Amino acid sequence: MDWDKFKVHGEPLIYGAMASIVLATIGIIVGLTYFKKWGYLWREWLTTVDHKRIGIMYILAALLMLFRGGVDAIMMKLQTAAPDMKFLDAQHYNEVFTTHGLIMILFMAMPFIIGLMNVIVPLQIGARDVAFPRLNAVSFWLFFFGAMLLNISFVIGGSPDAGWSAYFPLASLEFSPTVGNNYYSLALQISGIGTLITGVNFIVTILKMRAPGMKLMKMPMFTWSVLITNVIIVFAFPVLTVALALMMFDRLFGSQFFTMANGGMDMLWANLFWVWGHPEVYIVVLPAFGIYSEIIATFSKKNLYGYTSMVFSMLIISLLSFLVWAHHFYTMGQGAMVNSFFSITTMAIAVPTGVKIFNWLFTLRKGRISFTTPMLYSLAFIPIFTIGGVTGVMLAMASADYQYHNTMFLVAHFHYVLIPGAVFAVIAGFHYWFPKVFGFRLNERLGKHAFWWIVISFNVSFFPLFLLGLMGMTRRQYTYSAETGFGPLSMVSFVGAIGLVVGFVILVYNIYWSTRYEPRDTDGDPWDARTLEWATKSPIPAYNFAVVPNVKTRDAYWSAKQDKVPLFEDKITKIHMPSNTGKPFILGVIFFIAGFSLVFSLWIPAILSGVGILIVMAAMSFDRDHGFYIPAEEVIATEKKLRGETV
Amino acid sequence: MNKKGPLYALFLSLILLLPGCSSIAVLNPKGPAARTLSDTIILSIVVMLGVLAVVYILYVFVLLKYRAKKSNEGYIPPHEEGNKWLEAIWITIPIIIVAFLSVVTVKTTVDVENVAADYKDQKPLVIYASSSNWKWHFSYPEEGIETVNYVNIPVHRAVEFRLYSFGTISSLWIPQLGGQKYAMSDMLTTLHLSADTVGSYVGRNANFNGKGFAHMEFEALAMTDADYQEWVKDVKETAGPLSEEEFKNLLEMEHVGRKTYTNTHLSFSPPPGDHGDHMGTNGTEKDTDNGNTEHQDNKEIHPSPAPSSETEFDSVPNPELDDESATHEGH
Ligand code: HEM
Ligand SMILES: [Cu+2]
Ligand SMILES: [Cu+2]
Repeated sequence: MDWDKFKVHGEPLIYGAMASIVLATIGIIVGLTYFKKWGYLWREWLTTVDHKRIGIMYILAALLMLFRGGVDAIMMKLQTAAPDMKFLDAQHYNEVFTTHGLIMILFMAMPFIIGLMNVIVPLQIGARDVAFPRLNAVSFWLFFFGAMLLNISFVIGGSPDAGWSAYFPLASLEFSPTVGNNYYSLALQISGIGTLITGVNFIVTILKMRAPGMKLMKMPMFTWSVLITNVIIVFAFPVLTVALALMMFDRLFGSQFFTMANGGMDMLWANLFWVWGHPEVYIVVLPAFGIYSEIIATFSKKNLYGYTSMVFSMLIISLLSFLVWAHHFYTMGQGAMVNSFFSITTMAIAVPTGVKIFNWLFTLRKGRISFTTPMLYSLAFIPIFTIGGVTGVMLAMASADYQYHNTMFLVAHFHYVLIPGAVFAVIAGFHYWFPKVFGFRLNERLGKHAFWWIVISFNVSFFPLFLLGLMGMTRRQYTYSAETGFGPLSMVSFVGAIGLVVGFVILVYNIYWSTRYEPRDTDGDPWDARTLEWATKSPIPAYNFAVVPNVKTRDAYWSAKQDKVPLFEDKITKIHMPSNTGKPFILGVIFFIAGFSLVFSLWIPAILSGVGILIVMAAMSFDRDHGFYIPAEEVIATEKKLRGETV
Repeated sequence: MNKKGPLYALFLSLILLLPGCSSIAVLNPKGPAARTLSDTIILSIVVMLGVLAVVYILYVFVLLKYRAKKSNEGYIPPHEEGNKWLEAIWITIPIIIVAFLSVVTVKTTVDVENVAADYKDQKPLVIYASSSNWKWHFSYPEEGIETVNYVNIPVHRAVEFRLYSFGTISSLWIPQLGGQKYAMSDMLTTLHLSADTVGSYVGRNANFNGKGFAHMEFEALAMTDADYQEWVKDVKETAGPLSEEEFKNLLEMEHVGRKTYTNTHLSFSPPPGDHGDHMGTNGTEKDTDNGNTEHQDNKEIHPSPAPSSETEFDSVPNPELDDESATHEGH
């Protein structure tokens, strides 16, 4: 056996990473043992099928990945802060921007959003859980172990280094002989299967599990955005699945789909990748639109303006998102006519997006706007995302893109879209729904400090990149000479990145501080909000609603509060609940082992774990567990306790 | 709103930087294609500033007027479903803007994909530009010379670059002369550039292609026609020929300095076909293991630099290939 494959050769950075991973693992194990929490961890979390807990685990994992991706980002910014820096060498820089991109999009933004939708959507539609709670656990554990697989690449064997888009032939064995891109194909495949299952699960949940009376056009906007997003997932992810499978064949079994030899087509990869990749962007941005719609309505004390056009604009965006993929390679030589077609479809997306911006502005108009932390992020989103949007239109113009393509201008643009469009949204959603889940708010003063740091630093860090791009600085270039003149603006950008770090540190400190000192409130509706999730008490009981609500209007809870429209009319009866299961977790572990074995071409463990996967899946299919009932008396007792009455 | 302070400062600095600042290569064009693109970009920036202005003014107005304050304590916001007319306005106006920009895009894209109007009736100077590892080869078939990592062109002359790669996808970009275009291993792409000012311009690979990417730069020197003829003559007198052997070695190297030769590699290592024929089926299947098609030929004459250590396929002997390379190398 060739042990060398596993090694990543020496750099203090990597030894540091190894040491911290080992220390953290030991710390966790010792801690769990000392406090005798293994049983608790297993019973309450690892085997849970409760959508709220699964959502929380998604969000925790996403925060962890935000940290990882952020460390990557700051390392890159330091390396390019001044000409001829020697902090990272080319190979490490290449690995770092590749993992940064992958982690931020696939293992930070997506799971954060999926986490929020897990926690909130069943509550918003008055359901007791998602349609397939166990599959939901399978989704989570596949995502989680896929993410872990990619993360260990940094210390075992080396990370992928061909960019998050992994263009061939660069990503082929010929030009990228380390195992890095094996990790790429397998880690993304495993978590991608999880995402696909989520897609199916939420479509069924939203279509079939809504409370009586909640017609499609009465659904809260966040639920609408999640529905459309999951439809995109179901159409886009199979393309990724196929592309990754072909990539794996190329790299592990010597097939030649994308290589230079034997008729392999590098351009086929580019097409498959972006047929998935562009809709992927909307998978992270559309739910953000939903989050903002909820928050802006709540804190303007108004219903959402232009509800119908909001829904239709999202539908149109989701359709168009499948018709624009070639704007990622206008420069591949397909000629003026093809490029013009894709330019026009791409610019067309600006129209429904503009509709949304104006609807938000008109929701604010005539409102009574209060500037809470979640609202501040939502308000900052509008002007900043608009810059991302208009530069997007500029990039969509094929001719001009010949000058922007592959430059810092592009990097600036997509961060101007993704950071307000996804990161601000999940932070806003996090602050907004935090009290729902945990029964206390995050501190407003600290929250606002973090907000100003993040918003201002973001602009300082990314606006200079537009100019650097026009000056001729390409993306993914790990160094430059002083003559290029890129130095000063790059330094400004680095300083901005430091400010972002400060902001995020304050944000995390706020979570700690608020957990200890923030006053508790169990009323469950701290913001005086409008939709059904606020109709339960906090913390939310396992069964969500003791009585299934009867919905008659759009902002159902608001009508209940304002116009005294009754929501809960039925009597409390026994409630059917799914029981916990350890199989999804075990399945995730086996997938991880299978993935790892394949990465290193360890065929025997790979085959054994393949068999293991089949066995667990069979076991899950033949499971005769029909869940359990919570007796009516117990529900009544829990409800009383939540209302603060003594039982 | 003090949040907007930094934004405005940044915008102001952009507007101040736009004209006059010569360090912004893309907006400092030295040829017709780059000029078309620069004009397009500035036009789009102006239109987009207009869009931003509308959104920002509305935004500031709404936030100032409707923020919660003491004076509107008891105010209860109305219930509003939307307004057909308003919504029609913000659908129609963006459609008009997008339609306008679409027309501009189509026109300028066609423009820069073809020989610039000023030089329409010239026969373009054809230069094959190919990349290998992290260097650029420029072959001048008409002059019968070849350079590495620099390219000289006459001003006021249409130049047609034919691009391809001996490996990864790269992208030839000389921002002050025009936009970029990919160079790929399995087909030829065309890039029309011309310079109308004598000068030295930075050219580089814009598409990430591995370890040496950051250093994959070259100089594009636009010279007067007389100087150009002089240079060609000079090369013919002073440089030596490029042998097949030497070319192979050259391909394998990671970085080299400038080189000049008195013949091109095109004779013994022809470029791939263009977009039309690269998917063609000229391959009568000879050897399934090596799928002997045109691409296999490409692989042979485009030996990949630094072949990876262990693919299973490297160890499989291929009599045909071995034969051929034996004749090539003359032993
Ligand atoms: C938090 C602050 C962030 C900073 C300072 C930052 C910085 C950077 C830098 C320096 C690069 C590489 C530029 C280059 O050399 O090509 C990059 C690339 C990238 N970033 Fe970020 N980033 C941040 C957040 C994000 C977020 C939140 C996302 C996505 C949700 C994201 C997605 C990407 C992607 C997809 C790439 C391209 C990777 C590639 O070229 O393969 N980034 N970022
Ligand atoms: Cu796209
Ligand atoms: Cu082609």
